[in-house]
Amino acid sequence: MFMIFGIPGPLLFGQLLLGLINGAFYAMLSLGLAVIFGMLNIINFAHGALFMMGAFVAWMLLNYIGIGYFPALILAPLIVGAFGILLEKTIISRLYKLDHLYGLLLTFGLSLVIEGLFRNGYGSSGLPYRIPAALQGAMDLGFMFMPIYRGWVVLAAAVVCLATWAIIEKTSLGATLRAATENAPLVQAFGVNVPRLITLTYGGGIALAAFAGVLAAPIYSVNPNMGTNFINTVFAVVVIGGMGSILGSIVTGFALGVVEGLTKVFYPQASATVVFVVMVIVLLTRPRGLFGKAA
Amino acid sequence: MLEIKDLNAWYGESHILHGVDFNVQEGEVVTLLGRNGAGKTTTMKSIMGLVPRREGHVKFKGAETIGMMPNQIAKSGIAICPEERGIFGSLSVTENLMLPPIVAPGGLSVDEIYTLFPNLKERAKTAHGTRLSGGEQQMLAIGRILRTGAKMLLLDEPTEGLAPVIVQQIGRTIREIKNRGFTVLLVEQNFRFAATVADRHYVMEHGKIVDMIPNKELETNMDKLHEYLGV
Repeated sequence: MFMIFGIPGPLLFGQLLLGLINGAFYAMLSLGLAVIFGMLNIINFAHGALFMMGAFVAWMLLNYIGIGYFPALILAPLIVGAFGILLEKTIISRLYKLDHLYGLLLTFGLSLVIEGLFRNGYGSSGLPYRIPAALQGAMDLGFMFMPIYRGWVVLAAAVVCLATWAIIEKTSLGATLRAATENAPLVQAFGVNVPRLITLTYGGGIALAAFAGVLAAPIYSVNPNMGTNFINTVFAVVVIGGMGSILGSIVTGFALGVVEGLTKVFYPQASATVVFVVMVIVLLTRPRGLFGKAA
Repeated sequence: MLEIKDLNAWYGESHILHGVDFNVQEGEVVTLLGRNGAGKTTTMKSIMGLVPRREGHVKFKGAETIGMMPNQIAKSGIAICPEERGIFGSLSVTENLMLPPIVAPGGLSVDEIYTLFPNLKERAKTAHGTRLSGGEQQMLAIGRILRTGAKMLLLDEPTEGLAPVIVQQIGRTIREIKNRGFTVLLVEQNFRFAATVADRHYVMEHGKIVDMIPNKELETNMDKLHEYLGV
């Protein structure tokens, strides 16, 4: 067995891969948070609960009507995204004229309600979701064995993140979104239906979270707390990357997953806190985050 | 084309417009003159629906717009070039130019806009609109609304803080778009500039229109105007 820095190679690469996978979820979740924060000026605390809903909807599709993993990857984000649009239209949109804090409180409350409902219906011990047959097994990469599903998660997450980035930075819809983030009244005065754009943005951010939830379902068990486990770290990622920065949240998400994975190898005791240590250092040296723009 | 009657507007508790009355005929260039704080910019924003609260009548092509959202007003064919220019720093120059949606046929093509403002063509690849000079930003702010097909343009102090040569270029542009059948409502502090482009001038004081002077009679009304504007 070969060694790197006194660590067995397979262990190191195994933790790196785990880190990349966690990073993939951080990236998808913080990306949605960044997009929503940019447009709605709301810190969406319900993000973790809606991620969890994505996993549950995939589970329900499979167990109640026999719809499998791949269709669920499309359907669950659509269903949960539509639910997000409903939330935005009926409740969240009433808060835009108030302080940030109210949006934070409301979405935090929403996440408690949503998680409570699922705990009530399905318990908190977790439901199994099998890896689809096409993605089972492992590949021998020479230096390590990689479970195919894990490789797929990293790949799918990277593609979705890049596609989101491209839509925002390279299309005319994205230009309208960026402009509305800067000066919504003026964009509306040019004839753009900004309230509708805001609703769709929220729906899109939520769909991203639900997509991540479906990807997560076969890895972690489908349980009502799965969002909460992620979301604390994800908020740290958003702070480190810089509030509202698209590229920042993608890069920071993946990078911090890897940092966490490496810490597990070299100093396991710190693996749960390392992200927050990085956050403290970044806040002390660059209060706007690594990719944040000066106001 | 634009008929404003008893227009009142508020920002929170402060009552800014106290019954503004004036009209703009199709094809005219009309200015709003007045001191700082007279309510000129608020009038522009009220026409566009950009104030928190407004009452009265704003009729555009005979249709009441007072109850409409800003995006609906824009779709009906009014476009604004705001006082602060409103160039977006997170958009490139080209993206800024292409941002306002087309609301009607008959707008200028991008090539025609570049002919009016050759500087913009040279700077089209600039990644952040706010990297342009003040004059270039003003050209961009005017250029992008010429594309939309809106025939009623609200230009809020387009010459503010610009070098004389650029002021002349903007003056030429206003005359050119007037020839093309656009209607312009112009807010100006600089009535010498206004006199070179406008058909009529309305004078505002304390949130009301206090006088109307046709451009031809401007010379004979100089004393009065100096008194209004305090220059």
